[in-house]
Amino acid sequence: MTDTAMEAAALGRRFGRDGDWALWDCTFRLPAGRVCAIVGPNGAGKSTLLAHAAGLLRPTEGTVTVLGTTPAEARERLAYVAQDKPLYPQLSIAETLRMGRELNPGRWDQGVAERIVADGDLDPHARVRTLSGGQRTRVALALALGKRPELLLLDEPMADLDPLARHQLMGVLMADAAENGTTVVMSSHVIAELEDACDHLLLIGGGHVRLAGPLDDLLAAHVLVTGQDGDLDPHTVVESRTTGRQLTALIRPNGPIDEAWQTAEPSLEELVLAHLRSPEAPVLTLTGEDEADAFEADEQEADAEEADAEEADAEEADAEETTV
Amino acid sequence: MVEYRIDRRSGVATYVQIVQQTKQALRLGLLEPGDKLPTAREVVEATAINPNTVLKAYRELEREGLVEARRGLGTFVRKSLGTTPVDSPLRAELDTWAGRAREAGLEREDVAALFTSVLDEHFKNDHDKHDEGDEE
Repeated sequence: MTDTAMEAAALGRRFGRDGDWALWDCTFRLPAGRVCAIVGPNGAGKSTLLAHAAGLLRPTEGTVTVLGTTPAEARERLAYVAQDKPLYPQLSIAETLRMGRELNPGRWDQGVAERIVADGDLDPHARVRTLSGGQRTRVALALALGKRPELLLLDEPMADLDPLARHQLMGVLMADAAENGTTVVMSSHVIAELEDACDHLLLIGGGHVRLAGPLDDLLAAHVLVTGQDGDLDPHTVVESRTTGRQLTALIRPNGPIDEAWQTAEPSLEELVLAHLRSPEAPVLTLTGEDEADAFEADEQEADAEEADAEEADAEEADAEETTV
Repeated sequence: MVEYRIDRRSGVATYVQIVQQTKQALRLGLLEPGDKLPTAREVVEATAINPNTVLKAYRELEREGLVEARRGLGTFVRKSLGTTPVDSPLRAELDTWAGRAREAGLEREDVAALFTSVLDEHFKNDHDKHDEGDEE
């Protein structure tokens, strides 16, 4: 058993010899037992990253490691549900689950898979091709969870589901994480549904990691300030907008904030939206383990280092809380 | 047994909501010493929140001496929270005060703001503990 569920080192991927880089220089580490959200605009590289972790794509450069080994060697211990929920349309639900059982000897938990199907009031004899998109999602998740994976990779798992099924299946995922310590990585555009479920964030934009780290730490490293238009030095400004004389900005504080500013901790949605609107904002990666490990990317000015150490100090207490 | 409702729009951190609702259940006598809190698994299955959030709330309750975790068995209520009877002298004083505030021409919101500010002043430390419950 390893304490790292997923790790990328300078991971890059180019489609075609002259094509654009779908991912470049992606470096991050996801500790085991986390529920990690992958967010980013369309075409940011979220699905490409998940497909690499699942071992379905080979990196053009760099490496991706899952559960302490290569994706190919970890295949038995991970489950991956692609965005289009691929299943065999001619099989019935029961046959699909039987396939899961036969292909995963020694791991398969028929009870778990059957319960997920039954919770959706699905007839086990119905053929997959007769199911709606949301129903197929349920069967795909039953197949993935029935495998009892240590790492569960889900590409937009909730997109097709009605609000009730969404809530119920998110509950199933969280229960699995609580009971078995499963690491869950899921991409989504619906930030509200991630806010309470996830404790780790990976924000990807333009094929690059923009924010990575424990969610609480990332939120604590940012402050939403409003006040009279003025100078925000020496803080790192992620995004700022001026309406009349009022300035609203999301900053990463470097030292104490002038009392003239009204301050608030941003929500996940505010944090993500500000970064999506400002693709030029400096990269921030927090490990939540040790202040020495917290670093801001090179794009940052050198004098940011000291402030980072301060940030990390405040986060240390948090990090202990969020690690089970 | 207590069932948690998570209000995503309340602006109150999720773990604090669990702490508050547990205390409310203790005050109302819905939970008594010896009762078992739902397991983290049960809570997250019903609410779809992260398991660590529940554990953080339970640790906070444990730190306040209200519950205790027994290895392999679950989390149990240690003591109940004292309730303030409706006929207590404190309530009578507050009643008189509210009457005077109204006579002085204060609106309901003025009174509430005044009360909250005095409350904040006197229970400042308790409040901090909630906001930064993870500082210890």
